Amino acid sequence: MDWPALLLSLKLSAWTVVWLLPLGIVVARQIAWREFPGRAWVEAAVALPLVLPPTVLGYYLLSVFGGASPIGQAWQSAFGRPLAFSFEGLLLASILFNIPFAVQPMQRAFQAIPDEVREAAWCSGMSHWRTFCTIEFPLAWPGIVSALVLTFAHTMGEFGVVLMMGGNIPGETQTIAIAIYDRVQAFDERGAATMSSLLLAFSLVAIGVVYMFANRIGRRRG
Amino acid sequence: MFATAPIVWAAAVPVVAAASDLQYALTEVAAAFTRSSGRSVKLTFGSSGNFVRQIMQGAPFELFFSADEAYVRDLDERRLTLDRGALYAVGRLALFVPNGSPVRADAQLNDVAAALEDGRLRKIAIANPEHAPYGRAARAVLMKKGLWQKAQGHLVMGENISQAAQFAASGSAETGLLAYSLVISARMAKAGTHVLVPADWHDPLRQRMVLLNGAGDTARLFYAFAQSAPARTLFEKYGFTLPATGH
Repeated sequence: MDWPALLLSLKLSAWTVVWLLPLGIVVARQIAWREFPGRAWVEAAVALPLVLPPTVLGYYLLSVFGGASPIGQAWQSAFGRPLAFSFEGLLLASILFNIPFAVQPMQRAFQAIPDEVREAAWCSGMSHWRTFCTIEFPLAWPGIVSALVLTFAHTMGEFGVVLMMGGNIPGETQTIAIAIYDRVQAFDERGAATMSSLLLAFSLVAIGVVYMFANRIGRRRG
Repeated sequence: MFATAPIVWAAAVPVVAAASDLQYALTEVAAAFTRSSGRSVKLTFGSSGNFVRQIMQGAPFELFFSADEAYVRDLDERRLTLDRGALYAVGRLALFVPNGSPVRADAQLNDVAAALEDGRLRKIAIANPEHAPYGRAARAVLMKKGLWQKAQGHLVMGENISQAAQFAASGSAETGLLAYSLVISARMAKAGTHVLVPADWHDPLRQRMVLLNGAGDTARLFYAFAQSAPARTLFEKYGFTLPATGH
């Protein structure tokens, strides 16, 4: 069992969730309730990582943030280390790659709140912020929890982008999915088997939790 | 803002990028280094070509063990290395046949040629010649034998030589042209038989290592250790031919 790789994956997943919780809520509410020109394209952009091969995203991330790019060089001179092949670069890639997993369940949860409920809150003098805190968030929270669980689990299992953007650096960018790949190549069957079964169990539990919450929303609607 | 404080460039435990034919040999060299110096290094294995690309993009490696000295020359020309490095070993290509395969291992690849003709041979595992030196050596051998065209459609390419070895050792391919240093390891020796391919059938796999810009003390010590007698013994144990001097 490669504990540093597991810890690194947990850390990456946790930070991805921390960033995507506020970002996802802001974007999901806009798409859920507001009509604006080009909304279909915004939704398409949000969904894009679902259909894009991870290698395509990895390629563009390396082109835009790699050591030869202006952004990569600016980062290097500001922080004294490259953005690509570092934990920060991996986190950036992970946030971008998980946008649909965070936004879409939240969007569906916000859409399920009837307009009258929010209007009634405003009519009774509640500010938009208070309406969000006391009405919208409690009603949408099963969707928000699903979004966070999906994001966390998906980050744990992400492979292609991590390999391209992070390389395979123990303790820095070697996540558990990469460590499994490494163990297989090193003919370490036992190591690969232990870590694979752990990820399998973890993913099953995560998806189970998501379905539990999804059923809860479904019952309320019906 | 981020989870980790910026790490000093030359880290206390340097990351060493190594060609994957060193999977076993260098792991033992690193263990011997830690026993004798009390310091440790982190090893990461992959194809030499991929590492070169990553180093050009700023990957934080301090020392690079290439399977091909041409890659080290490329990095040197781009001023990414401290010097021209040192030759540490010469690799050999071997024909590996997993247990239960219908193909026999012979140095002249005669049975491989016959098996390609009569359909016994469906898959040959090699490393990707685009970025793996052992893949290029395998391609040269197949060309020398006049089998390159016939082998098209039968090649399974590993991203690096370790992955190619995995394909062959698991029996997914009936044979493989692999690094000798991998096939004589305990794990692979159990999984099949092997024979050395004539060394003059491909360009010599002259393996060079080099310290990269920003290399710290530990990386420099490990670089010196890899040229010392105990390390040379370990490289020899894994079938590498040793250069007379480091240059």
